[in-house]
Amino acid sequence: MKKLWKGNLALVEGAIAGGLDAYFGYPITPQNEVTEYMSLRMREEGRIFLQAESELAAINMVFGAALTGKKTMTSSSSPGISLMQEGISYMAGCELPAVIVNVQRGGPGLGNISGAQGDYNQTVKGGGHGDYRLITYTPATVQELYEMTRDAFDITLKHRIPVIILTDGVLGQMMEPAEIPETPEATGETNPDLGWNLTGCRNRNPRFIRSLIMNEGGLEEHNYHLWNKYEKLKNSAQWEETDTEDAELIMIAYGTSARIVRDVHQKAREQGLKTGCFRLKTAWPFPSKRLMELSNKAKFLVVEMSMGQMIDDVRLACESKTAVEFYGRPAGGLPEVSRIEEKAREMIG
Amino acid sequence: MNFQRPESLKDSCNHYCPGCGHGIIHRIMAESIDELNIREKVIAIAPVGCAVFGYFYWNFDTAEAAHGRPPAVATGIKRVMPDRVVITYQGDGDLAAIGGNEILHAANRGENITVFFVNNACYGMTGGQMAPTTLLNQITTTTPKGRTLEDGWPVKICELLSPLEGTCYAERVTIHTPKNILKTKKAVKKALENQLKKKGFSIVEILSMCPTGWKVPAEESIDLIEKKMTEYFPPGVYKDV
Repeated sequence: MKKLWKGNLALVEGAIAGGLDAYFGYPITPQNEVTEYMSLRMREEGRIFLQAESELAAINMVFGAALTGKKTMTSSSSPGISLMQEGISYMAGCELPAVIVNVQRGGPGLGNISGAQGDYNQTVKGGGHGDYRLITYTPATVQELYEMTRDAFDITLKHRIPVIILTDGVLGQMMEPAEIPETPEATGETNPDLGWNLTGCRNRNPRFIRSLIMNEGGLEEHNYHLWNKYEKLKNSAQWEETDTEDAELIMIAYGTSARIVRDVHQKAREQGLKTGCFRLKTAWPFPSKRLMELSNKAKFLVVEMSMGQMIDDVRLACESKTAVEFYGRPAGGLPEVSRIEEKAREMIG
Repeated sequence: MNFQRPESLKDSCNHYCPGCGHGIIHRIMAESIDELNIREKVIAIAPVGCAVFGYFYWNFDTAEAAHGRPPAVATGIKRVMPDRVVITYQGDGDLAAIGGNEILHAANRGENITVFFVNNACYGMTGGQMAPTTLLNQITTTTPKGRTLEDGWPVKICELLSPLEGTCYAERVTIHTPKNILKTKKAVKKALENQLKKKGFSIVEILSMCPTGWKVPAEESIDLIEKKMTEYFPPGVYKDV
């Protein structure tokens, strides 16, 4: 049965259903409900909750729990995620599995506490130092916040690449009906040997996990190894298309902007405009191949709650073979339906 | 007398400079772990600093942490695996400068971990810059005319952490004489035993020689510990609950 759920609370239930063993976090608006509700739910479930002394400590506690092969996560909002970039880079280098939730707010600096999408580049282009990628989910509904967070733990453990749930303050704070089942009983071994994790060297040789590789050629080899893993995932992007078959203009967006775009599209179709919607469910891997195909028959309008970040990836994906235009508002404002509509009409001509 | 290599040390050559204290401290730690029969339960954290390659020498599970973060990493491990023995091995830059917040809060929470804090009054790995524990007037590559009060006072970690409720044991020792090495071994073992008894946060601060960083012959570095370091950093038990 569907019930009214707040986005930030739904993702907590998703994490618990996904088997989260340990949560570490530090308060920041607009994601405080995550940390608060975690403090209640995790201890209720007999699992680990700890409020860290900083985002730096939180991500490094996650690093520690991840070393043992446990399912672990943290959550924060933009300024806090910036502080975590060092730890995220180390986790990428050490191939540690973890889930990081970014309930984006406005920047730069302290910005403000309203929802925004200004961290796209930080998330999919690195953020921390070095050549690495993070599997990035971009939920657009409270239901998806639940499901994507739930499924993220198995994904990160399977690939040993950290997963980011890239959402925003609008979605985190919003309430809408969602189907959230009762927490299933925890299953599985308490301390399974995954072949790489640190659990003490009983009945095996000692292991070490590091990102410092000083031997001749070693670091290059390690980077090739990481890159091969990323290459294999390149074609596993997820997205949702609406009315793209006959569309003359496809509006591309993710998360909260995609919800606004959906409303524009419905109105436009009623008025006989041939629009379509393309909603990213993963920002990395990026659905480049499909966008290339679609660029043969439609123009693109990219809508973001920023001054344009994802648009660069769209242009690269279709090699600018079709008109790619942008409508967005930076942090502090929300995209307006009427302005997007105007832009769409102008582009269809 | 047993002069065999402890099982907790790998059969490898280390990269430390002649006269460095890390080799002695590694051996003390390894002997203690063997004697307590906990090698298979240990998960250690190597710092950023000279001991970063600890995992090439230690024969137990080891991870490397970002600079200053070992107490947070240790917290993450210990919280999910409370029956393992979690050790951080940290230098003065790691623990007392960049990681000041992490060590303070791990101690204050009474995290049931063991911290071995090697204080050699300089940044060895990066070439001998000023550390938070560099003595006044001590010459380093970033205090070429000696540390002055413009650079701040040297930080006394045992004195700083022992008033915290969560700290159960804080002792400062040195390794510049055989007698003190034996004393250090006692402290190291006790700090590990505390964890096995779930007593909370234990730290052993070990004053150690860095002839390369101090730019003195190895013998002189031993004298400097005796004459200068122990004067500002008095050895002793600062807390034992």
